[in-house]
Amino acid sequence: MTSAIAVDRLEVIFDRFRALKGVSLDVQPGESFGLVGESGSGKSTLLRAIAGLAPVASGSIAVNGKTLGARRDKAFYREVQMVFQDPYGSLHPRQTVDRLLQEPLAIHGFADGEKRIQRALDEVGLGNGFRFRYSHQLSGGQRQRVAIARALILEPSILLLDEPTSALDASVQAEVLNLLEEIRKRRKLTFLMVSHDLAIITHMCERLMVMQSGEAVENLAANDLVERRVTKDYTRNLLRASDGFVRSD
Amino acid sequence: MSGETKTLLDVEDLRVTFPTRTGLIEAVRGVSFSLGRERLGIVGESGSGKSQTGRAIMGLTPPQARISANKLAFDGIDLLAASPRERRALRGKRIAMILQDPKYSLDPVMSIGRQIVETLRTHEKVGKAEARDRALAMLEAVQIRDPSRVFDLHPHEVSGGMGQRAMIAMMLIAGPEMMIADEPTSALDVTVQLDVLGILDRLVSERGMGLIFISHDLRLVSSFCDRVIVMYAGKVVEQLKASELGRAQHPYTRGLLNCMPKIGADRHPLPVLDRKPEWAA
Repeated sequence: MTSAIAVDRLEVIFDRFRALKGVSLDVQPGESFGLVGESGSGKSTLLRAIAGLAPVASGSIAVNGKTLGARRDKAFYREVQMVFQDPYGSLHPRQTVDRLLQEPLAIHGFADGEKRIQRALDEVGLGNGFRFRYSHQLSGGQRQRVAIARALILEPSILLLDEPTSALDASVQAEVLNLLEEIRKRRKLTFLMVSHDLAIITHMCERLMVMQSGEAVENLAANDLVERRVTKDYTRNLLRASDGFVRSD
Repeated sequence: MSGETKTLLDVEDLRVTFPTRTGLIEAVRGVSFSLGRERLGIVGESGSGKSQTGRAIMGLTPPQARISANKLAFDGIDLLAASPRERRALRGKRIAMILQDPKYSLDPVMSIGRQIVETLRTHEKVGKAEARDRALAMLEAVQIRDPSRVFDLHPHEVSGGMGQRAMIAMMLIAGPEMMIADEPTSALDVTVQLDVLGILDRLVSERGMGLIFISHDLRLVSSFCDRVIVMYAGKVVEQLKASELGRAQHPYTRGLLNCMPKIGADRHPLPVLDRKPEWAA
């Protein structure tokens, strides 16, 4: 079977800084794959490199068996869409939800926009009442739902999720995570999800990669984390940290 | 904890109201609690009024807001009746505050050392050389490895964890009796979070300070504090001992605890909060 995403020895260099130092990754179709690590570990850079938003120095990226060049074509974005971390920054402040959702449809020349917008809004649980609102009239959770609707409207097969819930309250986070899982099940999507929170990754993903300073530390199945079968100290530290604070006295 | 029973802070029916074009917004609606030399956590989601409670105690509420309380007293001093001058003398000296993000709350054009010295010399009559020595000692106490190097660095030259340690050093140098920490670790990586909490933990227990720890993370707060206040829509919905969090009564508290993904708990979908209007009543 061809992999949904295959990354081979990818290097990303910003000026002289090597943000990714030869990272390889393989995600199967329909799989949910997690990337974990602290800030500066390169997890978001890897995601952005796949989306064509980071300067790739060497190595290759293939999506659904097709190796990508330096520029992404339209067909790529119909397959791969991204949801960003900050719903406050990723929606145009002067466009209504309707206008926001029309943009990708116009770019890709879809004729049945009306129907698709309604379906996308229904799918993320936002009904028609939200269609002509501006993003500042929405809560953080609602904004992230709009961002997800915008990503889904082209019916991609792969979603790149960059910390989709870290700007949200815990209860809203649960709602958005449930929504993402439900959509994945219904549409048989492939997820590549970045988070600093091990609990979220084990909840959402079957396999994951732990990253540190631009390199892969180890590849694990979610179950390995649950049963604490980790081999690297760095991962063990992350696990311990996610257990919360332990008082010395 | 030490068996100190003296009350440091007494809050009774605190209200903070913001006038807006569309009417009055009550951010805090009748919050009451008291604090001894202990660690108190205030937990709630965004908009629950937890930060405004902390700010009102510190005296940092925006000028257009109205504060009222039956009682807002720190060590017997009525904070609402105190003059701005008296409040200023308290702030930084006896009551200190740590904010969320060192990137925004440290002065970007002043070296870290100078900022710490400034705090000290505002509140105590000390010479330059002594102030420098004490600042260096304080940086060492917050486990900064090379204090004399960090002393001369500017905030943009240090990492988030280091910046947060510098802020803790700055807040502790005048020897406050009470500290308000507003999301002190939310901007930090999980691994750094534990280091910073460890430092805070040690300093608070060594110095016997009262600590108010404001956070949205119920689990973190309960592992760090003695007592937890849960706020919802400007009100306290539940007060309980951190060790008894598992026996929380209020559906909001239980919901908050439940909706977090846990390693090893296989729950699909996650339980979500079913907000009842009567919680806010």
